[in-house]
Amino acid sequence: MAKITFDGIEVEVADGTTILQAARKIGGSVVPPAMCYYTPLKGSGGKCRVCLVKVTQGSAKDPRPMPKLVASCITPVQDGMVVENTTNEDVLNARKGIVEMLLINHPLDCPICDQAGECNLQDLSYEHGVSATRYEEERRTFNKVDLGPYIQLHMTRCILCYRCVYTADQIAGNRVHGVLGRGDAAEIGTYIENIVDQEMSGNVIDVCPVGALTDKTWRFKNRVWFTKPMDAHRDCPTCSGKVTLWNRGDQVLRVTARKDEYSEVEEFICNTCRFEKKEMSDWTIEGPRHINRASVISANHYELPVVNVPIVPNLPASTKKNLPQH
Amino acid sequence: MAEIINEVKFSDAGMAEIQRYISHYPEGRQKSAILPIMHVAQAEFGGWLSPQVMDKIAEILNIQPIEVYEVATFYTMFNLKPVGKHVLEVCRTGPCCLRGADQMIDMIKQKLNIEEGETTADGMFTLKPVECLASCGTGPMLQVRETYYENLDTEEKLDQFLETLRNTEVETPYHQK
Amino acid sequence: MGIKILTEHINVPGIETLEVYRKHGGYRSVEKALKTMTPDEVVEEVKTSGLRGRGGAGFPTGMKWSFLAKPEGVPRYLVCNADESEPGTFKDRVFMQKNPHALIEGMITSSYALGANTSYIYIRGELMFVLRILEKAIAEAYAAGLLGKNIMGSGYDLDLHVAPGGGAYICGEETALLESLEGKRGNPRNKPPFPAVKGLFASPTVVNNVESIASVPWIVNNGGAEYAKIGVGRSTGTKLISASGNINNPGVYEIELGVPVEEFIYSDEYCGGILKGKQLKAVVPGGSSVPILPANLILKTAAGEDRLMTYESLSDGGFVSGSMLGSGAFIVFDEDQCIVRNTWNYARFYHHESCGQCSPCREGTGWMEKVLHRIEHGHGHQQDIDLLVSVAKQIEGNTICPLGDAAAWPVASAVRHFRDEFEWHIKHPQEATLPGAVYRGQLETITA
Repeated sequence: MAKITFDGIEVEVADGTTILQAARKIGGSVVPPAMCYYTPLKGSGGKCRVCLVKVTQGSAKDPRPMPKLVASCITPVQDGMVVENTTNEDVLNARKGIVEMLLINHPLDCPICDQAGECNLQDLSYEHGVSATRYEEERRTFNKVDLGPYIQLHMTRCILCYRCVYTADQIAGNRVHGVLGRGDAAEIGTYIENIVDQEMSGNVIDVCPVGALTDKTWRFKNRVWFTKPMDAHRDCPTCSGKVTLWNRGDQVLRVTARKDEYSEVEEFICNTCRFEKKEMSDWTIEGPRHINRASVISANHYELPVVNVPIVPNLPASTKKNLPQH
Repeated sequence: MAEIINEVKFSDAGMAEIQRYISHYPEGRQKSAILPIMHVAQAEFGGWLSPQVMDKIAEILNIQPIEVYEVATFYTMFNLKPVGKHVLEVCRTGPCCLRGADQMIDMIKQKLNIEEGETTADGMFTLKPVECLASCGTGPMLQVRETYYENLDTEEKLDQFLETLRNTEVETPYHQK
Repeated sequence: MGIKILTEHINVPGIETLEVYRKHGGYRSVEKALKTMTPDEVVEEVKTSGLRGRGGAGFPTGMKWSFLAKPEGVPRYLVCNADESEPGTFKDRVFMQKNPHALIEGMITSSYALGANTSYIYIRGELMFVLRILEKAIAEAYAAGLLGKNIMGSGYDLDLHVAPGGGAYICGEETALLESLEGKRGNPRNKPPFPAVKGLFASPTVVNNVESIASVPWIVNNGGAEYAKIGVGRSTGTKLISASGNINNPGVYEIELGVPVEEFIYSDEYCGGILKGKQLKAVVPGGSSVPILPANLILKTAAGEDRLMTYESLSDGGFVSGSMLGSGAFIVFDEDQCIVRNTWNYARFYHHESCGQCSPCREGTGWMEKVLHRIEHGHGHQQDIDLLVSVAKQIEGNTICPLGDAAAWPVASAVRHFRDEFEWHIKHPQEATLPGAVYRGQLETITA
């Protein structure tokens, strides 16, 4: 076990844990953001640089500070390590600079983007960005491409996190898409016209932090904050069948994997569950899905906002959270 | 599609070269040989890599075609579109510019009536500006296949060079050994 | 004339053949090391020599070697970084082309020291003609029993291969090089783990520059202590300098570290002065990524001391008034050269060569190039100058690999030392965009 101090808070984690995971154990507003790291995907992380933190003491044995800011998502903790995130001005300035970099070639048209309301880049910009842009050059644009009948790729919105590539390698198999080109001309693509149609391929949509990969069965059908997320399951021969349904009334508009507060899926789901089971009768409903992240989705909670446990028995677990007091 | 793939056939010498490179790496690491194989392929198939050629490379290395596309699009030496008989890879980087590279590139454009990235109408030359070729003391310079042409700092030298090249036949380098 | 460790025989006719190379003392270090020394003793000699990595970073080679993990039953690799691509640098290319056996000898002796039984020379793909020279020399070495099984009857086995790149500056970064050598895109790896623990094929690996490896035979033959006597302070030994730009004698020079910069520029033994008797305007002393210095600061430190060709002297003053020895690529600018144009050119290079993996470098290098392109072509605004400094700062130190720093430093230093030239470009776009237009204001303050 290793004991570290993160933003002044002590936390004990297993050896080999990354700084980011240690911070997530503390939770709340001290957790660094992550745009490319994704816990279920091996090898992810280190690329977007928004999770940079300052290590002011390397370990109890070697207390020297680390000379540069380090990516918290891939740097393992050492016993006695002292890390600064929200308490360090250099970190916050660097993060602001990196958010600006992520945005210079990203369209600033959230109102017409299907991902709006559940976009990690939108949240990140809101928390760490600035309101004006200093970038006056032409932005990089691409045409929209269909990767088969279910998935649309709009490369213009991509931040090259590589998550979808790792997903294809590790979850779906028989990868036909990848990162082509180099530098800021790099793009996700299939090179020759090709269809992404492996049974687990739809997961690339869930792991995409922005609106670059979207579900064609859902695109522009509704706004995510108008929908009601519900946990549901079915007996599925391919995957766990545990999903979140996004409904308008009794109409199932979209099916996704269940995601936690860091937008990481709990279990990957198959394309049949995701794209072909759009009837309420396909599913056993478990109850409302609590969206516990800084997002407009959680703004319109329809579950009971304040819960008196002794009076209302047998509530679903998701409502028993300590809601923030304002 | 399958028929087209079958048409891609390396020469015996080319295939021997490929097998030699693959043998340089440990068991199960045959993908390591991808860059030298692409060099062989580019030399054998007209100076560029078509999707069919890349699919053939994937087949030889027993990897997914996308893995070949990813690599081919990363490294700038691999041409992904047809090129002229002689690709003029002209250094455009700082140290060569101190010795007149910009002027040489302009002269080439004028003489061949092409812009950067274009091929002459007769299919003889493609102008491809590249970054530093580690020949900074002898700039302006350019590379054609495996030969450096250096100190091309006057119009006469450039004319002479282009004339020589016009009459040069293309050979695959490993055939000469 | 100083001592020549690397280039003594480089111009001997036929030195590229095994026969002539051996006639001039070649492969003595292999015999000495394999027959009379333990691997650890070779490592110790290299440590004692104070040899520092000649690729640019200047990290002590012996120390790098001593970090190599040695788990049982796992192969170790030595990989020679011959991906020489830093603008201004051509010493390794010339060296390998002329004297391939000298590198091969260094590879054998160094591989023995590290306990590697398979080693690779990763050479940039543009140098296929050098690859063929090396492969020919390697074949000769195999035939003579200097490579392969039981080298010189010592019981030590080594296979040596040359692997070409495909056109990517980033593959000079050691972990990008390893990715490329494994047949992948040249994306630098996140560290840790470092190559010394998990490098090529996930095995412990040392990556060294051509010149570093080629210095090892002399160290083995003459002892690390002898090597350490050459040079000044912690800058021991000799260094190959690639001299280019507006000088009379461009080329590769082997110098004893410690030669005064002024002597290097003006002496006929080296650069032979500025071309056509013009005035010196600036120098980039260590490859395009290191800070550019105006004439006054390259000849003398801010404290007024003579600047020497050493790691320490060239970096004296930090980035405020100093630069770096880097790869030893000495790029000289005369009074007719435009700093803005050159900075744009370098920015274009780093933009072109960014792998695109991490966001500050992928986006920031392109941003800087576009702003510099505007300024150079008469469309700049005054606030662009501070914008450049700010973007450079947002990249520096925040990237996976040092390419971000390499892209930021030339821009930041050009603005630092030649700010008035940038301002002139912005204030006078019409004059500044005339062919051959150069701002000369700075020169008045630097004429000695």
